Parts: sequence; structure tokens; C-alpha cells
Amino acid sequence: MGTVFSFDVRGGDADAVAAALGAAVAGLHRADELFSTYRQDSEIARLARGELTLADCSPEVAEVLDLGARAERDSDGWFSPRYGGALDPTGIVKGWAAGRAARLIAAAGARGVSVNGGGDVQLLGAPEPHRPGRGGVSDPLRPGRLAAVVSAAGTEELAVATSGTAERGAHIDDPRTGRAAVSDLVAVTVVTPRLTWADCWATAAFARGSRDGLAWLESLPDVEGLLVTAGDEGLCTSGLAARLG
Amino acid sequence: MRKSHPVRRAVLVGAATVSGIVLLLSLKPAADPASAPAAAAPPRPSGSAAASPRGAGAAGGTGPRTVTGAVAPTPYGDVQVRLTVHGGRIVRAEAVRAPRGGLSDRKTALAVPRLNQEAVSAQSARIDAVSGATYTSAGYRRSLQSALDRAGG
Repeated sequence: MGTVFSFDVRGGDADAVAAALGAAVAGLHRADELFSTYRQDSEIARLARGELTLADCSPEVAEVLDLGARAERDSDGWFSPRYGGALDPTGIVKGWAAGRAARLIAAAGARGVSVNGGGDVQLLGAPEPHRPGRGGVSDPLRPGRLAAVVSAAGTEELAVATSGTAERGAHIDDPRTGRAAVSDLVAVTVVTPRLTWADCWATAAFARGSRDGLAWLESLPDVEGLLVTAGDEGLCTSGLAARLG
Repeated sequence: MRKSHPVRRAVLVGAATVSGIVLLLSLKPAADPASAPAAAAPPRPSGSAAASPRGAGAAGGTGPRTVTGAVAPTPYGDVQVRLTVHGGRIVRAEAVRAPRGGLSDRKTALAVPRLNQEAVSAQSARIDAVSGATYTSAGYRRSLQSALDRAGG
């Protein structure tokens, strides 16, 4: 997927955790093999070309396409698992794969797991008995600085995902026009238990723009968001404050 | 794994910042018609200085305690701030009453994360990961996450 995953794993039986970490990394490579649109031989590329049916594909492919369909429905079409009309669930795979990797390691007995997949973070458990996991949010307009810190205090799972133009310029397309989304935003960060959804909702809210994006995130249960406009205005959902710290 | 709500890390935030919330709201020019004071606002006490604690739950001892400031009227409605103090430090500041509706609702929401931001610079924040729009390996090398990984957590 051309990106970097970082793992921070605390506690648990060293051998069991090391084995789970190995399996999690293998799972990420497998996700890349299955879903990369840059690999002509990936299942998703072959499915898109009609060389495979969904039934021929690995079960993960159907799982991700189901999640993509749900994301498209729940975002009123603002998140799309297609690109230029062709099947392309790239927008959902990274968050899904990172979340899956984190759960695999936590299931092996680790006390605290943090997986960062290209800027999208899944926190599980707590790194230390009295210290909750904390995720920083990069300030999109001040590289190297944080705009906020989100705490997982009081919850076992928390995901923080950011979509924006900071690195790649306008890369989020408006699925309605097929062109780069006309957004007054430079970044949207979404905080919710599961990284798959944090990632999708950040992308969809970014495409919607500040006014509509904020109202839409506010309407979603157990979802908080921080939106930063090109004018350096920060907007957030009403419940975000309770997650800061 | 963890049943009880852990004690939050102490965050040093000056009380002046809390007054800043009220200031932010009260100094804003009256140009937002959608932000009339909340209809349900109860009659407010005569005191208006948000910085004068009313002492709700201000029992002695060393545990965290909360103090709720008096209601401060602003052109957009009443504002009331609650502080949680632990070990002589303000560990949390939140608006328990704020004008609702329209732009001022956003401004209210805004004030709280700014407090948080100051908290970040005020302490050497212990952070496990950094979220940001860093998609590529080149972006990773420039990212805070990369610095965090080098530091070895």
C-alpha cells in the first residue's frame, strides 16, 4: 500500500505477543497483495477486470466490499469504494487492515496496542495500568506540531483517523462529480471506536466541507470530529472535548 | 482490562485561560443572529465573574475536586465554566453552560480544544501515536510518528 505501519505493543506474554505481531504484519502484506490497485495480479484488480468473481476471491475481499458498501450508504454516497467508476476500495483498506492488525495483537494478550497505519491510529487497551492510550493529532497547517491530543481513558478501543491535503494535495474526490472534492477544509480527524469507520468518515466529511461535514459527523452516534479549515479555523463536534486529554 | 476510570494526567493550565473562554465569547461582536441565548436558561445568579468559584464538590482531601464558576452573561447567552482540580493543578476545564445555536455554538466548541492544545504544549505530552494525513513512506519520514518511533516510545 506504499505506506508505513508503526506498532506500539505493551504487556502480555512476550512469545505470544511476538507471534501475534508477526501474524499481524503478515496480514498487512496479505491485504496489500489482495487489494493493491497497483498490482495487476491482486484479487481486487482481477475482480475489477472481470477475471475473477467475488466467489473466487478470498473472504477478506467480500468483507471489505461489504464494509465499503455500508460506508457508501451511511455517508449518503460521500464515501465511495470506487474510483472513476472502477472498483477501488483503497479508501477503506488501510483503516480496516490496521484495525484488524491491532485486534489480532490484543487478542494474544497484550495490555496496550497502538497501530498507526499511515496516520490512521487504532488504540486498544491501555499502555500502562494507569495511563490510557493517547493519540496526537497533527496540526495540518503547522507541520511537526499537534492540534490536539485524544485520550482513550475509560474506553477499551479508540481510533483516530485523519484525512486531508497536508501531504498529497487534493486527493479526495467528490464521488458525485468524479473530480477533486471542492472543500474548504485542510484536514478532518475522526475519533470513534473502530478505525475502519474513523477512516471512512474522515474522508466523507472532508469531501462534504466544513458546514455539512460538521453537521453530519455530529449526527453519527459515538463519532467525534475535528475539522480544520484552510483559514485555520478549528471546528469540532460537541462531544469531542470529552475525548481530549 | 481496566474497569475503573484512571486518574487523568495532571495538566497545568492557568486559570487565566479559563477566563479566556468567557472572554472569547463575550468579546465577539454581536453579528450572529442565530445565537440567541438558550430559551431554557434558568434565572442566573447575580454574580457574574466566572473566575469566582462556587465550590461545588469542593470537599477537602487530595482527590480531584470540581469547582463550578458563577454564570457569566455574554451577548450570546450565559457561560459557566467547571474546573476539575487535582493536586493543586487544573486538570480539566469545561463549559457546563454555553450559548447554543449558529456560529456561537461552534465558537463555544472551539474554546475547549484550544485549552487542550495549550495543555499539549504545557506538558511533555506522553503520546502513543500521531494521526495525520501522512499516507506515503516519504510523508512518514517527516511525521511526528516517525520521531515517536525513533524515540522508542
